[in-house]
Amino acid sequence: MLSIKNLQARIGDKQILNGINLEVKAGEVHAIMGPNGSGKSTLASVLAGREDYEVTAGEVEFRGKDLLEMAPEERAREGVFLAFQYPVEIPGVSTINFMKTALNKVLQARGQQTLDAVSFLKVMKEKMKLVDIDQSLLNRSLNEGFSGGEKKRNEIFQMAMLEPRLAILDETDSGLDIDALKVVANGVNKLRSSSNATIVVTHYQRLLDYIVPDYVHVLYKGKIVKSGKKDLALELEAKGYDWIKDEVAV
Amino acid sequence: MKWLSEHAENELISEQVSSKSIIDLIDRQVGLHPKISALREKGREAFMRIGLPENKAEEFRHTPITRLLQKNLSLDPKENEIGPLKVDAGVDAGVDAGVDAVRIDGLDAYQVVFVNGIFSPSLSTLPTSSDIVVKSLADAVQAGEPVVLEHLGQYADVQTDGFVAWNTAAWSDGVFIHAKRNAVIDKPVYLVYWHQAETQEVISVVRNLIVVETNAQLQVFERYGSAGSANHFSNHVTEAVVQANGFLDLYTLQDDAGKRYQYAFTRIHQAPTSRVNTYTFTFDGKLVRNTLQLALDGEGIESHMFGLYLVSGDTIADNHTVVDHRQPNSFSNEIYKGILDGNSKGVFNGKIYVRPQAQKTNAFQANRNIIMSDGASVNTKPQLEIWADDVKCSHGCTTGQLDEEAIFYLQSRGIDKDTARAMMLFAFATEILDNIKHEGIRHYVESLIRERLHQ
Repeated sequence: MLSIKNLQARIGDKQILNGINLEVKAGEVHAIMGPNGSGKSTLASVLAGREDYEVTAGEVEFRGKDLLEMAPEERAREGVFLAFQYPVEIPGVSTINFMKTALNKVLQARGQQTLDAVSFLKVMKEKMKLVDIDQSLLNRSLNEGFSGGEKKRNEIFQMAMLEPRLAILDETDSGLDIDALKVVANGVNKLRSSSNATIVVTHYQRLLDYIVPDYVHVLYKGKIVKSGKKDLALELEAKGYDWIKDEVAV
Repeated sequence: MKWLSEHAENELISEQVSSKSIIDLIDRQVGLHPKISALREKGREAFMRIGLPENKAEEFRHTPITRLLQKNLSLDPKENEIGPLKVDAGVDAGVDAGVDAVRIDGLDAYQVVFVNGIFSPSLSTLPTSSDIVVKSLADAVQAGEPVVLEHLGQYADVQTDGFVAWNTAAWSDGVFIHAKRNAVIDKPVYLVYWHQAETQEVISVVRNLIVVETNAQLQVFERYGSAGSANHFSNHVTEAVVQANGFLDLYTLQDDAGKRYQYAFTRIHQAPTSRVNTYTFTFDGKLVRNTLQLALDGEGIESHMFGLYLVSGDTIADNHTVVDHRQPNSFSNEIYKGILDGNSKGVFNGKIYVRPQAQKTNAFQANRNIIMSDGASVNTKPQLEIWADDVKCSHGCTTGQLDEEAIFYLQSRGIDKDTARAMMLFAFATEILDNIKHEGIRHYVESLIRERLHQ
């Protein structure tokens, strides 16, 4: 589904990604872990198409297409979804209106029937249950005045609505207490299927107790320095990141 | 007093435009009454003395209105035979189609149309109820209406503003609206200021008087429109008095796509516990200069001033507002928002005066702008002059671009950049729209905004 080869990227003069290689197949969950500043969020942003980053080398294929050529909205329509580490507050735009516009744009691009207000609300109500989100929250301006947990649940709600093929969760666990984390993880798990894939970007292993990965990769200084199965995450939790740094240095 | 000396700073000179010629241009044999003739004479004297504002005058620092008028309009009456008195009944038929264009489907309102500054009976639909008088101001003066004689010229100061002086001397017509005691007027009075500027320039001088008596409620919706490609200018002065516990909602829609230059001066005098909401929408025109002044002359008053200028091309939208708190325990809130594209220019100047006796005043002001292009600009200046010590006042202004991070967020959900921008701009305008109380007007203004934002 996703094939990243020698991906290099920078922001301004600062080189952040130094040659990432990663293959993700349908049905898989990959965790990307690593110390702060290793390039985890940059990788997520580059895949979603954030313009601040300049790709200096490498290629990314998504379902056989050149992902890097696409505008962010085209990527979304192709089925890439980024759950933001810091979801943006947009005063005056209600979540419901925003989601209706977004979903219809995506459906249209996929050649599917767009939804009228009634069918949209029906779909919305089903998806709300997945993340235990209240409609009063969705009537409000997008993320404005939401708590950290509400913002993250709103991200997963949007993911449920758009049914992406590849979901990238960028530090979705940061700032969540354990109950909120369970709700969010539970939502993600219900959305998993054999036809979609998930990349979980996280600093801590904690989230991976609930969203169990097939593969774990350790990112350090803009490169994947170690890959393994889910046990690697436990090892990182127990030993910290220093042993990885030492191993790389040798 | 300090608040008066403010005006004295304006360096107004009279030699730039021949004062005599302007007066001559529209030296009307209308609205004849000894008291009003004396008022006209007072206006003429004042205009001879102060003339139009010098281009560097503080109140017009960013809007060189006199220079633009000299450049784009001939103010010599001998060279063009236009003017309100030249408009005869036959013109009405010619403007039908145009005025139809500004008629609003589904808006149930009394309609008052002025063509080139003259009341058009055939295009107007006036109320028949005895609760309210809506008529031509010239007719009302002619008939010696006591309410007109009592209030006309009592609120707009001829001594400091050259346009007001000119208007006072030379107004051709306008509306007189009188909502009587306890009357709740069922639908808005829709005022259309139409210019027929097909081949020749038009200059109109319009004077309005609105009197809302005790406990009465009135909604007024005014709008500018034109036909033709000639330059035209309107000098409007509106005086409104809202008596104790009265309610006035004043909507102004400035979306004349023709080459209109305009000066609109509005002064509203509020008695105790009265409520006033003003809504000023500026979407088009060559030059729009609004001077809006509220005098809160009593306790328990509440006033809201909302403004939205959404302009592009080379439009200049200039809003100068004044809120004058004269008595204790009143509340005013002002919020003006601007979206500027192309080479358009915005000016916001908001004055708040809190006089020494006006303790426990709450006065708030905000001006927020979004600049969409390199060629667009805005000058914003809050001016708070507070002499009372127990008050709550605040002001804030921001000018910036659309939040790129927010646009990316919307894009990442499948929404293209243009739609994302339009959504955010519409959301920005929503704060003003949501405050429109009249549903029909809100829907209409909303449709205009959507059209302009291509949403």
